[in-house]
Amino acid sequence: MSTSSITFSRRSFIRTSSLASGGLLIGFNLFTACKPKVQPPVDISKLNFNDFNAFIKIADNGAVTIFSPNPEIGQGVKTAMPMLIAEELDVAWNNVYVQQGILDTENYTRQLAGGSQSIRLGWEPLRQTGATARQMLVNAAAARWGVDPSECSTSEGVITNAKGETLGYGDVVKEAATMEVPEGVTLKDPKNFKIIGTDAKNVDIDKIITGKPLFGLDYKAEGMVYASVLRPPAFGKVLESYDDTDAKAMPGVLDVIKIGDKIKQLTKEGKGNWTVNMGQSDKVVVIAKSTWEALKGKEAIKAKWVDGTPLESTQMQDKKLLDLLDGKEFKTMRKDGDIKKAFAQADNILERTYESPFLPHNCMEPMNFFANITADKIHLVGPVQTPEFAATAVADMLGRDVEQVHLEMTRMGGGFGRRLYGDFVYEVAEIADAIKKPVKLVFSREDDMNAGTYRPAIKYRIKAAVKDGEVTAYQLKEAAVNGNMYGLIPNFFPAGCIENYQVDVAHYKSNITTGAWRAPYTNFLAFAEQSFFDELAETMGVDRIQLRLDLLQKAKGSTDERMQYSPERMEKVIKTAVEKSGWGKQPDGIYQGFAAYYCHNSHVAEVANVELENGVPVVKKVTCVVDCGIVVNPLGAINQIEGGVIDGVGHAMYGELTFADGKPQSENYDTYRLIRMREVPKVETHLIQNELAPTGLGEPTLPPAGAAVANALKAATGNRFTQQPFSKFPELMKVPAKPIIG
Amino acid sequence: MPKYNINVNGVSKSVDVAEDTPLLWVLRDHLDLVGTKYGCGIAQCGACTVHIGGSAVRSCSLPIASVGDKAITTIEGLSEDGSHPVQQAWKEVDVPQCGYCQAGQIMTASAFLDKNPSPSSDEIKTAMHGNICRCAAYTRIHKAVEVAASKLG
Repeated sequence: MSTSSITFSRRSFIRTSSLASGGLLIGFNLFTACKPKVQPPVDISKLNFNDFNAFIKIADNGAVTIFSPNPEIGQGVKTAMPMLIAEELDVAWNNVYVQQGILDTENYTRQLAGGSQSIRLGWEPLRQTGATARQMLVNAAAARWGVDPSECSTSEGVITNAKGETLGYGDVVKEAATMEVPEGVTLKDPKNFKIIGTDAKNVDIDKIITGKPLFGLDYKAEGMVYASVLRPPAFGKVLESYDDTDAKAMPGVLDVIKIGDKIKQLTKEGKGNWTVNMGQSDKVVVIAKSTWEALKGKEAIKAKWVDGTPLESTQMQDKKLLDLLDGKEFKTMRKDGDIKKAFAQADNILERTYESPFLPHNCMEPMNFFANITADKIHLVGPVQTPEFAATAVADMLGRDVEQVHLEMTRMGGGFGRRLYGDFVYEVAEIADAIKKPVKLVFSREDDMNAGTYRPAIKYRIKAAVKDGEVTAYQLKEAAVNGNMYGLIPNFFPAGCIENYQVDVAHYKSNITTGAWRAPYTNFLAFAEQSFFDELAETMGVDRIQLRLDLLQKAKGSTDERMQYSPERMEKVIKTAVEKSGWGKQPDGIYQGFAAYYCHNSHVAEVANVELENGVPVVKKVTCVVDCGIVVNPLGAINQIEGGVIDGVGHAMYGELTFADGKPQSENYDTYRLIRMREVPKVETHLIQNELAPTGLGEPTLPPAGAAVANALKAATGNRFTQQPFSKFPELMKVPAKPIIG
Repeated sequence: MPKYNINVNGVSKSVDVAEDTPLLWVLRDHLDLVGTKYGCGIAQCGACTVHIGGSAVRSCSLPIASVGDKAITTIEGLSEDGSHPVQQAWKEVDVPQCGYCQAGQIMTASAFLDKNPSPSSDEIKTAMHGNICRCAAYTRIHKAVEVAASKLG
């Protein structure tokens, strides 16, 4: 057993209560202390996620229910977070029942899904909570036996004393609930983990495979009507007038209303996380008895739109971004040494520009939300990654007290960053407030793709100086739309490896709404950087793996506190990927590409294998090595890793949303290509084993995938891909005929 | 509005809807069978797949007027309790990430395996190519179809 390094008092975040129905209820806060006086409820139906964001219930019969706090978007936290509690509580995983900790609650939650942080941040507090509960049960048993608690041990929900007598957790919950919350509990040594590190199936698996209602789109309420929103056909257009005569005559159409005033006010005040500029325009809403009737009714609206702000095209965006890269207006995010001097003294300079398009998120479950607004309650139900932001913004927008907001989270049919933005919650709230009926807002696929918060187009220009066989300078310039890389990204590799290093960023403001998209910024930065290092190695005439390893040597032992990655852990994933992928030892006809990247606190190396099929290069396999510390649930982790790799390959190959006159040029899957089964490479995953605290996994395997593929395509075709998506450049996919020898 | 009598999961149901209403929305909004999912509305993603007369059909693009009295099976009716070999394979392999597309994947796979109980890897890929999984759980979907085939065989 090792004492946890955590410093805050357990008193500050755990409270216990006897349940009226029998059993022990433990309420706790993951990331913040509880208010001094609040207590968990004695009635399970009154769980209050405002004061406590997670609960454990131990029933008289020993059954354990864990109310998992965080939104589930497919990243597996609904399974993995309770595993952390169950481990330290020392119960058998198959006796644990997990519930999304929000349904039928009195208040909204403070949790969010984003940045691959749920497990990393929950690692200590969740285990502390489980260990504290276990200690209380042990203390209760010891008191009954009249022995010292240290003489007792636990296993799978059973407490045993020195004489071999046993008590189940359920036998002592009543006493435990009345005991002091103990201080100084010890956490298990990772060597003794029984649940963490074992395969646990998705806790919702039975409901998923039998089609039970789980998702926002599945939610229904008594008297509920359906709403479909007609939004501007292009970014920059605003509503002038509309004729709803035909729509109102359509079967099932109950009403046609206009919304926008409240949302526009919210936008003006900069409240909430409202980023959808389409909020500048009024919108027309069709209210109908069914989804289909609402969608059909919308088609019958005759609306007149006028130009509000400039209508952008992809060509115009490309030019603006290239002009930014060519210009002099940059914000410097990090500056080491003197790049100017190093470039002046260089033997060799390599400069390359990398370009990426806009991308929609394309969650399989289109945006949707339910609202019912009455005089004393704002009831919201649906899939949103940031429930607290949404609740606060809706209260602000309607001039109501946030305490009146009751927000229930549903399982989400994908997130990828799209559901961080609450635009659809604000829309449904304005609709519900107007019609005074329970209403479900449903986006069609076209609405979803054309009213997005897109991954913005970004261009990188990277320049490196080589002197006497060493990389002496590295300059990264970013030109982006609406914002730039933030936070710690400038301190990722190769920061600390190159003496003269500078990161400069610039952006222009667009009226096209943009936002976080799985691994924001790094999802394309990794491609640019890891493609560049391959090319740099070729220019220098050195081994591409060795170049990366040599650079990492220079960062070892660094005292630079800004450094985010670990050179040692990076070196390990690189060397492991080389070994496991059979790097450099492939038979003729298999072309490999390498990439390594650090983000979301995890280190990843990937090797893509490309083979020719009918003369066309095809990605057949990706070897992926991940160091994300202790893996809580390997079965779920490998699913995330494979998904991230394939998502990365798919978007690098095919993903692109272009604009003409402000209008997105794809609106559904007939004209927008997502990777499908026949294009999917085999993914071979290797997890680095260590006892370090777990780090992110929902995002980090995506960024390096595009570069690994581009580097493999270079090996296969001799051509360097600097723009995504690769499928847009069929001429570069052509494999040169081999020269005839003799 | 016209009245349609349809046979869903072995039960006769009567609905009053416009003739162009896709079967998908009849199932979801009128019959409370929400296991069948809306993804694209144009038969491109496969989330809405059901069986009609044993064949996989995209219910989002099938007007109710053309269903007739053919037997419709949805994910809720594939088995009473999730015991169909394809559902069991999905559980064994722990396929889902977000889980939204999986009902459609399971319905496509089960209709396919009915006709081809011992498929090759390539045949599986072709059969499942029409179903998008945005989380890209494709390697597990492929594996689960193989596992289901071995259970059936």
